[in-house]
Amino acid sequence: MKKPEEILEYLNQKFGEDQLTLERGDIGEPWILVPASMIRDLSKFLRDDSELRFDMLMCLSGLHYLKEEELGVVYHLHSTKLDHYVTLKVRVPVEEPEVPSVESIWKTADWHEREAWDMVGVVFDKHPNLKRILLPDDWIGHPLRKDYVQQEFYQGIPTGE
Amino acid sequence: MGMLDKKYHDSNIIIVGLESALNWARKNSLWYEQFGLACCAIEMMATAASRYDFDRFGIIPRSSPRQADVMIVAGTVTMKMASRIERLYEQMSEPRYVISMGSCSNCGGPYWEHGYHVLKGVDKVIPVDVYVPGCPPRPEALLEGFLKLQEKITGETIIVKKNEADKKPETA
Amino acid sequence: MVEILDNIDQREMVINMGPQHPSTHGVLRLELVLDGEIIKKVTPNIGYLHRCFEKYAEQMDDYSKVIPYTDRMDYVSAINQEHGYVLAMERLLEIDVPERVEYIRVIMAELQRIASHLLGIGAFGLDLGAFTPFLYCFTEREKILDIFERTTGARLLYNYMAVGGLMKDVHPEFKTDTADFLKTFRPKIKELNDLLSYNDIFIKRTANIGVLPKQVAINYGASGPVLRGSGVQWDLRKNDPYSIYEKFDFEIPVGMGEMGTLGDCWDRYIVRVREMEQSLRIIEQALDGLPEEGDVTEAVPKRIRPKNGSIYTRSESPRGELGYYIESNNSASPYRVKARAPSFVHLGMLPAISKGSLIADLVAIVGSIDIVLGEVDR
Repeated sequence: MKKPEEILEYLNQKFGEDQLTLERGDIGEPWILVPASMIRDLSKFLRDDSELRFDMLMCLSGLHYLKEEELGVVYHLHSTKLDHYVTLKVRVPVEEPEVPSVESIWKTADWHEREAWDMVGVVFDKHPNLKRILLPDDWIGHPLRKDYVQQEFYQGIPTGE
Repeated sequence: MGMLDKKYHDSNIIIVGLESALNWARKNSLWYEQFGLACCAIEMMATAASRYDFDRFGIIPRSSPRQADVMIVAGTVTMKMASRIERLYEQMSEPRYVISMGSCSNCGGPYWEHGYHVLKGVDKVIPVDVYVPGCPPRPEALLEGFLKLQEKITGETIIVKKNEADKKPETA
Repeated sequence: MVEILDNIDQREMVINMGPQHPSTHGVLRLELVLDGEIIKKVTPNIGYLHRCFEKYAEQMDDYSKVIPYTDRMDYVSAINQEHGYVLAMERLLEIDVPERVEYIRVIMAELQRIASHLLGIGAFGLDLGAFTPFLYCFTEREKILDIFERTTGARLLYNYMAVGGLMKDVHPEFKTDTADFLKTFRPKIKELNDLLSYNDIFIKRTANIGVLPKQVAINYGASGPVLRGSGVQWDLRKNDPYSIYEKFDFEIPVGMGEMGTLGDCWDRYIVRVREMEQSLRIIEQALDGLPEEGDVTEAVPKRIRPKNGSIYTRSESPRGELGYYIESNNSASPYRVKARAPSFVHLGMLPAISKGSLIADLVAIVGSIDIVLGEVDR
């Protein structure tokens, strides 16, 4: 059972010293900031390594940071065998929101990534079926962005009052 | 109509207007189409269960719109679902009625302000006869909605075909 | 969207099990590719009940105004949804909750678990054609809803919990009402077993159907009765305890492949029935230990304005692991609230476990996973 600091040290030995950083807010739990290009290899290592064994992806969420003009993806991982947790965060610019998909590693990510694409607009690379899941296919815009403006009519039906 | 058969016990002839007889038959066997969308569907199921029995009024659930008289829109209607509701309404054969159950299908409910995907009231796509307020409405409130619908049916006529736009909705 | 396909097999047929269907537990659309009656591919289409919960959470000007919206996500077990959210807020703000509040929360959560399983079992029987167990289950559920109505004022969507406590204290006869209910409910479980669980027709329709192997379940992120039905002893109340669940003595029923293969529909169903018995044990112990004195609103903060930070908490709802990810940025309204709903994850597994089954078996599989579309779509 490892704490987040120990997990970061272990990962630094394998991936090099300055790729990953441990951050924390004023309250709540700490997280590891991961560059977008590394996330797929890192996830495979996290799942398969015998000291880490993160076999369950609990949750994957998409976020929009308006001030920094970035989109973020948060991964919460848990190991059922060794009973430890870790949180990973990835941030990408709004103009090029591409993040490698982890669907081949944890199958739960399939629908979670489709939802992140639908709500926030993160494009997941090599996802087998990246289509809208909650909203209709011809909806315009990504609603959970902070600067989203609702469309006035949808197929002739007023969306407002 | 209740005690008439006791009065004319030796000749089984009762004279009554055709419209009253038809309306009496129709209002006491309203078959509803199971169209539960969200939380109000659970209250609709509870009304159909043993404590607040629907069956004593002659109301039974049917799965297909073609076999139903009344459609209870129970729950939030979203934009994705709106075109399907229209299609289901068109598949019902006349005379057909719609009861809008719950705040969400009356006017958008708690999602009226920022709900981008919520239709603010099902009457934007189909004409509604009775509105039952509540979030969710109690089973007794839904039963009162049906009683109001029965009152409305009693006053209907088969001679003059009413325009759908003339139908005035009643609130329970 | 129209696609022209050139090389499809002549015998295949694409059929729609549409949003309005008596057996799909809500507005779910399943696209089936069939070879006769055997299913070759299932594609669930969801989003017909997407009610913008996460956008609402960002627009509300207070963290506690989000609680009525969490109720409406999984409307069958509303108290458990509220419990998860207030748990996440209390961990973020590091508030200590009085003991009386914790005991009352546990009693309400377990009562709601029993009510939710009764509805799940009743609807499952109804899908397979058994109407009587549905009526029996609903009669018992009405007794639980009576207790809730006397305490909170509402039958289905309560808005009872607050960050740091409860809205108001329980009504004076709460202990006697709950104790009476416990006395009358135990024999009903036996009645339910006689009616449905060991009925030959029910066993023939659910055993060996929809088998979910253990590794597939963990990889797909299954939790709750679905994971326990595949033989994995995993319950968040014991493995990752929250609130005061460590004080109680109860067991975790798992599926054992009694009637067919391990991980089939019957296993998932019987795990739910046995969980109801364990919930009764927890409620009895909680009623014994309930402190008499204590103000339930004393730890509720007047203003909630957390600093920058984020947290993910999970709790055991009747359907599985319910998780809340909350990110705050030093203002009175949340920056991001994400609800990780168990039914969303379980529905993603449906294409994998229903290959090669008949349409009637698909109805049994969807019923045994026990989804609620409100939390799938949020």
